[in-house]
Amino acid sequence: MATPVMPVTRRDFVKAGAVAGAGLSLGFTLTGCGRRVEEAVTDASTPPVFLPNAFVRIGEDGHVTIVAKHIEMGQGSYTGLATLAAEELDADWTLVRVEGAPADASKYNNLAFGPMQGTGGSSAMANSYMQMRTAGATARAMLVAAAAAEWKVDAAGLTTANGVVTDPASGKRANYGALAAKAATLPVPENVPLKDPATFKLIGKVAPRIDMKAKSTGKAVFTQDFSLPEMLTAVVAHPPRFGAKVKRFDATAAKAIPGVQDVVQIPNGVAVLAKGFYAAKQGRDALTIEWDESESYTKSSDDIMADYRALAEKPGAVAKRVGNAERALAGAKTAVRATYQFPFLAHASMEPLNCVVKLGTDSCEIWNGEQFQTPDQFALAQVTGLKPEQIKLNMLYAGGSFGRRANPHADYLVEAVTIAQAIKGRVPVKLVWTREDDMQAGYYRPMYLHSIRGAVDASGMLAAWHHRVVGQSIMAGSPMAGMIQNGIDPTSVEGASDMPYTVPHLQVELHSTVLPIPIQWWRSVGHTHTAFAVQCFLDELAAAAGKDPIDFRRALLTNSPRLLGVLNVAAEKAGWGTPLPEGHARGVAVHESFNSFVAEVAEVSIVGGKPKVHRVVCAVDCGVAINPDNIKAQMEGGIAYGLGAALHGAITLKGGKVQQSNFDKYQPLRIDEMPVVEVYIVPSTEMPTGVGEPGTPPIAPAVANALFKLTGKPVRALPIVL
Amino acid sequence: MIDLKINGTSRQVDVAPDMPLLWVIRDELGLTGTKYGCGMALCGACTVHLDGVAIRSCVTPVSAVAGKKITTIEGLSADGSHPLQKAWVEHQVPQCGYCQSGQIMQAASLLATTPKPNDADIDTAMAGNVCRCGTYPRIRAAIHAAAGQGA
Repeated sequence: MATPVMPVTRRDFVKAGAVAGAGLSLGFTLTGCGRRVEEAVTDASTPPVFLPNAFVRIGEDGHVTIVAKHIEMGQGSYTGLATLAAEELDADWTLVRVEGAPADASKYNNLAFGPMQGTGGSSAMANSYMQMRTAGATARAMLVAAAAAEWKVDAAGLTTANGVVTDPASGKRANYGALAAKAATLPVPENVPLKDPATFKLIGKVAPRIDMKAKSTGKAVFTQDFSLPEMLTAVVAHPPRFGAKVKRFDATAAKAIPGVQDVVQIPNGVAVLAKGFYAAKQGRDALTIEWDESESYTKSSDDIMADYRALAEKPGAVAKRVGNAERALAGAKTAVRATYQFPFLAHASMEPLNCVVKLGTDSCEIWNGEQFQTPDQFALAQVTGLKPEQIKLNMLYAGGSFGRRANPHADYLVEAVTIAQAIKGRVPVKLVWTREDDMQAGYYRPMYLHSIRGAVDASGMLAAWHHRVVGQSIMAGSPMAGMIQNGIDPTSVEGASDMPYTVPHLQVELHSTVLPIPIQWWRSVGHTHTAFAVQCFLDELAAAAGKDPIDFRRALLTNSPRLLGVLNVAAEKAGWGTPLPEGHARGVAVHESFNSFVAEVAEVSIVGGKPKVHRVVCAVDCGVAINPDNIKAQMEGGIAYGLGAALHGAITLKGGKVQQSNFDKYQPLRIDEMPVVEVYIVPSTEMPTGVGEPGTPPIAPAVANALFKLTGKPVRALPIVL
Repeated sequence: MIDLKINGTSRQVDVAPDMPLLWVIRDELGLTGTKYGCGMALCGACTVHLDGVAIRSCVTPVSAVAGKKITTIEGLSADGSHPLQKAWVEHQVPQCGYCQSGQIMQAASLLATTPKPNDADIDTAMAGNVCRCGTYPRIRAAIHAAAGQGA
């Protein structure tokens, strides 16, 4: 087995990744220690005997177990990864199940990240496409070789389908289970050929999701549902403002609550440990804590935005420069200026953050909706003094994440471990955040301000575009800080600095601000705001030029055939230009993110002074469509997530305090606000790309552009207020 | 001791009378299909049936349900064969899945009173159940499908 290439510092992750990510390699090993997350619903089966590589195991009963290196948090990764391997394996889909991989970057690294295991950037299918197919094809070749040896025939003459090897010449058949033990004794072949995509039976077809029944019967095991003998539940009193610390506390009342067993101070507050959540929460609520607020952050969102407005008047670091935008704008006849404001956003997954930790003298084992294995191992190694590989991470289903469980500082995991340390590892600890804890702990999508000036020429083409972005850098201080070059965090300007529109003069600048508000990637990262600013400003320019928004974009996208492709499909399927009921209007947005291309047309009216989105037509080009129904589901979900934020989403600070704490003031999208969504997948033979995030960026600008058409007034701040 | 009738069996629990039913179900009885999402009846993840009607167990004191018939997702069917559960699989509704027990229990309560709901009925009945993954279009489709089977 290859020695894992572990970077020494967090900063090295990306540097190392640039080298190691270049090639695909199968982590061949005969050992495996994946952990089944769905024991309650999988039928009893014999342990696997054939383990040809890190990803495929087959038992004598014919069950095929696919080891998933990417977390299943709703995006369909377990099914997708299994589909890729099962396709090349010619497995019987009804006998395929999935286990979450352990933390071991030597076998399970994300090939898009380099020597780092983790899920993010809508990369699961893209980085696994060849790896999982190769894993399946290799296993298949060995099963065929086993049959050939058994029957004393040439392997080349044998065929496979539905978990069975057949010799057409003799009519002999053997299922994979019967061949598994023999296959395990054979050498692992190299460079096994993969299928011609024209022969795919699962990829691009219907592969029902692996986790549907467990998730329709209450049997899927999330971290919230996991328990260990003697385990105590911990609920923590966190500081009232960012930067505050515990000065002193009185636990008398907390300890009087029946079931409370311990109260401990930790770096980030005071934890109450009890048998069960309710006692722990009652205990937490009964604490009397005096906070040292000498270093508390006390500004309000309005103050921050005012600072950003002032900054936007000054030149920033240059992310993109083509021609001379300032000079072109100075001489332009039709110039438009707009600023766009974006609030902090909480991820607000349905499962509030939590994890289970069992601490030993030289061990630390975690059960978690584990999204970011390698950074988590490094962070917990620092806290425990153990080696990263001694941090054992068990990956359970996550009840959503939208980026939150891939925390660059392993924040809630570190908190859980510090609690376990405070009780000297006496019993296992389950840290449970309440909804309020989850919503107020930070790690938000940052606030941003975009200030844009643009001009069109006499023919209605883009003449110049000058764009300043102001906001916190997500990558600064994270394991990926190495991505920041020349003062530019690419995630702050992605979607703007690389805009595909033909323009002779373009300048994109960035002011990266520093605030003590913890921030993080949120479904589609920089595209959450850049797509809005760019797509809304395009409509403002189109209006200034007297052009139809889709015609205007088409003329500027002549060098972007895939964006043009989805734009045309969405326009046609939405009936762009055809009559609508009185008071309805359509708006469009088209955007590339995570190498996928999505166009959305939203049909909107105003009901009771508020926007009502009736229908969204979405066209997506994500390369080879591995699971078309799941792609549709991700577009539907991405639209819902982005629409919720567009209509309601805002975390605001007042005097440094987060004003929202639950779903009453931080309103999610509800079913009565959900439009009809139609998804059209543009056929493609390109390598598969992401679908978890790319559906989100276009929806807010598509809705805003429809409202612009309805009211004549551009929407320049989110959430939308009419 | 409080007597509970849950999923067709009788159970006794020794807990404070004001303890929310949700935590009795999860931490005392070990039935983890019912989820914690908000603790304030704002999201519906904790939905169970009380005498056949959907309630939010996170704000229901256990003392208020003593002796009444409680049904959780585990008791909706023995083997996932309830028409709604079958429709949920057929329409591939869940994504992360965390809210889906509550969604299904709410939908079952709807169908008990409105066997053939239209979209507006569904939106009204289901508006208290949050899904952050945005599975709403499939929830609508699955409820219609299950209604067609006479749930």
